[in-house]
Amino acid sequence: MSLDYTSAEMMTVTAARALENGTTCFVGIGLPSEAANLARLTHAPDVVLIYESGTLQTKPDVLPLSIGDGELAETALTTVAVPEMFRYWLQGGKIDVGFLGTAQIDRYCNLNTTLIGDYREPKVRLPGGGGAPEIATNAGEVFITLKHSKRAFVDEVDFVTTLGFGRDGKGRDGVPNIGKGPTRVITDLCVMKPDPETKELVVVSLHPGVTAEQVQEATGWELRFAETLESTPEPSETELEILRDLKARTARAHSGQ
Amino acid sequence: MAEFLSLHDAVARYVEDGATVAMEGFTHLIPFAAGHEVIRQGKRDLTLIRMTPDLVYDQLIGAGCAKKVIFSWGGNPGVGSLHRLRDAVEKGWPRKVEILEHSHAAMACAFEAGAAGLPLAVLRGYVGSELPSVNDQIKFIDCPFTGERLAAVPSVRPDVSIVHAQKADRAGNVLVEGIVGVQKEAVLAAKQSIVTVEEIVDDLRAEPGYHPNACIIPGWAISAIAVAEKGSLPSYAHGYYPRNNAFYKEWDAIARDRDAFTAWIEENVMNAGGNAR
Repeated sequence: MSLDYTSAEMMTVTAARALENGTTCFVGIGLPSEAANLARLTHAPDVVLIYESGTLQTKPDVLPLSIGDGELAETALTTVAVPEMFRYWLQGGKIDVGFLGTAQIDRYCNLNTTLIGDYREPKVRLPGGGGAPEIATNAGEVFITLKHSKRAFVDEVDFVTTLGFGRDGKGRDGVPNIGKGPTRVITDLCVMKPDPETKELVVVSLHPGVTAEQVQEATGWELRFAETLESTPEPSETELEILRDLKARTARAHSGQ
Repeated sequence: MAEFLSLHDAVARYVEDGATVAMEGFTHLIPFAAGHEVIRQGKRDLTLIRMTPDLVYDQLIGAGCAKKVIFSWGGNPGVGSLHRLRDAVEKGWPRKVEILEHSHAAMACAFEAGAAGLPLAVLRGYVGSELPSVNDQIKFIDCPFTGERLAAVPSVRPDVSIVHAQKADRAGNVLVEGIVGVQKEAVLAAKQSIVTVEEIVDDLRAEPGYHPNACIIPGWAISAIAVAEKGSLPSYAHGYYPRNNAFYKEWDAIARDRDAFTAWIEENVMNAGGNAR
């Protein structure tokens, strides 16, 4: 307990550890991209990172600001057209893990990146679906990472952009050729996994120093906690060092210098 | 056969008021110079198609060129919202803009189907998503062989597509390198096409690094080619110049404010002969 780290670093390191070496991962921009690249630079050197811009097996030295930064194409094994990316590689079943972020998530892991409020009279217009709707259903499984807050963890999402398990938890039942869906949600406070039967999210692990009350306070529904609640392992010195280097390099590269 | 025109003349000839226009380039090679020319020429009532509207459509929307936008991810990549798109959708400024939104997979398939001359694209998509409830152009069909329920969307068939590329040769053949997005599909799907390029070379096949699987759009499949140096800034051109990430961040403040936006367009587009940024 001697290391000094932030809750954001705890989240990224935990998300990175979820990716096994050798996995083929379709990476969302932002937090998932940070975690996936940390995994590649630490325990998972052979993880295959794929971005929807068509960049296959890419090894960016700095984190991309956009999903199509030049860095991704320059360090990729090959770059394919976007229709090929979605049709052959994603829909064709070549992706083990889809790694996504979101603006809103509910207890059944449905994701909203479309809008807050009513569709025709939005309070806040968000960017929209992008690759997520098909990543979530065509990848073998889905990891989700986002910061924990009541605004994000809502009782019911305003709009299901991307399927978790549907508004009743049964959205994948009987659907042929569909992935397992979300298997874990990693936040800055905890790790959650869907209940194998009901698909409702259950808190399985609390990050060091975080209480169950804190997690409940940051969640918009009455949470379920696993009977044996684990404590998420702390980041190692090496992980923190590599993550901080990566972020410093990235900040320098994006400052326009 | 592609005709070499000035950017002004290409836009004047092929982009008509009320047209359906696709300006493609997936984060890379976004045809900003052409977009600015469309703004300068005051084109109106356009239906604008782009997977990622990006700053280029934010500018066209804010300048009042768009009647409708068809897209699949409408943000400022890595930064946040497209404030002009939001202002048009939420407040109707400078005019109400209708939106039709898809997922990336569906739009990519729709461009490909357009290039293939098909009326529709079929994909394993939109399962459990509520997008079909707000977009009547998303339907579901049963596979006649397996019975599997699949999504169907109409193909994209623009009146004119505009893309930017690295180089063209004297015969009008165009080379696209790096992230190729749906540029080739957009050109082949459209009735007319304009390709802006960084430079013209004699013969692409004689260029260093040319290889038999390069992404080439033959000159006879293109309507017009116009030279627009740095024509995709603030996005980038692989091998020529990097993405101006700092400007993407600056745009957030410019686009948040109607007056700041209008002043920016006036100074950098209306009063600039060629390329802004």
